Amino acid sequence: MHWLAKPATERNTQVFIGVLTAALVAVCLLNLLLPAGHPLHVSTYTVTLLGKYLCYALLAVAVDLVWGYLGILSLGHGAFFALGGYAMGMYLMRQIGDRGVYGDPLLPDFMVFLNWESLPWYWHGFDMAWFAFLMVLLAPGLLALVFGFLAFRSRVTGVYLSIITQALTFALMLAFFRNEMGFGGNNGLTDFKELLTFDLSADSTRLGLFVASGIALGLGYWLCRAIVSSKLGRVCVASRDAEARTRFLGYRVERVQLFVFVVSAMLAGVAGALYVPQVGIINPSVFSPLFSIEIVVWVALGGRAMLYGAVIGAILVNYAKTVFTGVMPDAWLFALGGLFVVATVMLPQGLAGLFAKRKRSTPAASAKGAKEATA
Amino acid sequence: MSILQSLANRDRVFEFLVPHESPVDVRHGPILYLEDVSVSFDGFKAIDDLNLTIDDGELRCIIGPNGAGKTTMMDIITGKTKPDRGQVWFGSRHNLLTMNEPEIATLGIGRKFQKPTVFEALSVFENLELAMSADKRVMPTLVARLSGEARDRIDEVLAMIGLQAERDRAAGILSHGQKQWLEIGMLLMQRPRLLLVDEPVAGMTEQEMERTGELLTSLAGKQSVVVVEHDMGFVRSIARKVTVLHQGSVLAEGSMDQVASDPRVVEVYLGEGI
Repeated sequence: MHWLAKPATERNTQVFIGVLTAALVAVCLLNLLLPAGHPLHVSTYTVTLLGKYLCYALLAVAVDLVWGYLGILSLGHGAFFALGGYAMGMYLMRQIGDRGVYGDPLLPDFMVFLNWESLPWYWHGFDMAWFAFLMVLLAPGLLALVFGFLAFRSRVTGVYLSIITQALTFALMLAFFRNEMGFGGNNGLTDFKELLTFDLSADSTRLGLFVASGIALGLGYWLCRAIVSSKLGRVCVASRDAEARTRFLGYRVERVQLFVFVVSAMLAGVAGALYVPQVGIINPSVFSPLFSIEIVVWVALGGRAMLYGAVIGAILVNYAKTVFTGVMPDAWLFALGGLFVVATVMLPQGLAGLFAKRKRSTPAASAKGAKEATA
Repeated sequence: MSILQSLANRDRVFEFLVPHESPVDVRHGPILYLEDVSVSFDGFKAIDDLNLTIDDGELRCIIGPNGAGKTTMMDIITGKTKPDRGQVWFGSRHNLLTMNEPEIATLGIGRKFQKPTVFEALSVFENLELAMSADKRVMPTLVARLSGEARDRIDEVLAMIGLQAERDRAAGILSHGQKQWLEIGMLLMQRPRLLLVDEPVAGMTEQEMERTGELLTSLAGKQSVVVVEHDMGFVRSIARKVTVLHQGSVLAEGSMDQVASDPRVVEVYLGEGI
């Protein structure tokens, strides 16, 4: 038996991947085969919207990994999402080439506008896709590594850590707002033309991005599931509930936290990178503390420490947001707050807790795994 | 002799084939040896010229009124507190005063604290799995798989602490007594040579106390067990040898009947009905 394949959790993952695949295929077929006037036709606009939800779902899974299993309430995961997004955005900017408004073959429009003579050093290399995609992982990963190393080594936990993560994303937002930073200031990066030679405005590209987001979500989910169902996952849960005791057993809790935090940040980066070409813009508002808090609300509503709960929460809340902001734009924040209160009071385990009537997902799932493994 | 011949020599036992034994040397006497140990906190003598010897495989109960220095003694043995004077030896080879807490723990001294702390969200089996001695760095833990041997060891300990039926239940729903046993089991997973158990039956029911007594008695022999306890009835039911501490030094030592009839002990415990 391979460590990545444990019976009970394997079934859990299989169900999730199965549902996800079915949904992806159904959306593709309904989009491609049915004529535009058909009542069941899924428009390309909807496909892109769904693709955006899938990116949010991957982001929520990343937050659930650290919050649900490690007990670290990160209120700054939007920063990792945004960094992944900016890395992708820089690549897309470089792909524009001389088709920008000012027609400069090297400099993006906003740099020409700011009268910059040459490309800043950190923009070099982003014309190569492999480099940019590597940065999608490395930029958030490195930030999480440095930040986590300092925080966990000093044993900053609980509400203090939450506040520092919040400060981190706020500081980055202020920095990215500045034109001198070279990331387009408050306008951010936009006007993208193509990704890997595919025209971003083409329907087929949009469908492809939707499928890619689905695949990324599936892989991310599988990776997180593999981590939480390994012995390391049990160490995570142990340190979440009794950190001192875990240390006493000889586990280096701060290293476990650092490892999982970096993995989570990288997943958030991938989500951001897939989000940017679908919405067509990345700007500093993604760094805003409010967005990071919203991610936590998705996870809390969907159900913590279950992974699939985070997916359900992210998709449902964002769907509700789309509907609400269309009907009553001003009422959205009230609705979100109301949902959060209702979930906290009436559904402490979130929406997924309704499906899973078993006690806590963690002990139940893994205890079952252990039993079946011996049987 | 060529290398091949030496390999074929069946008399020879290669070092890696020898079962791994604890490096603690008890051939020349006791497993734990405290001599003239003193420690004071802000002028208060918590431990005053304490002499104590625990034999290999012994079950020893330590009693004494509040402030007698029982917990401080445990702290000294586990390396948490350094004494001002005296010597503390584990076997005849290891001077515990030169070692820190993790080193002493790895050497084979396990300590159970008063309040049980188990991982409530994990199953009983998983609690024991995490406590097992293993490579505990991040990557080895991520790819760790439970060998058949390890599984057997966990089942063995489960049988010892009598929690087979609770194997796959979350530790959080165990009773207070069961949590205490689970924590003793977690200590046993690390195969200690010496177990220090602090007030194991506080807050237990009669039946639970009885089973705890059986458990501790069954552990003695395979490992040495030192129990600090207030409950005289419990001490009487398990003790072979009792040490009475008073004001940081040994007041009396011997069988329960011997110490109970000692006039000095009666004086110290006046009114408590030893």
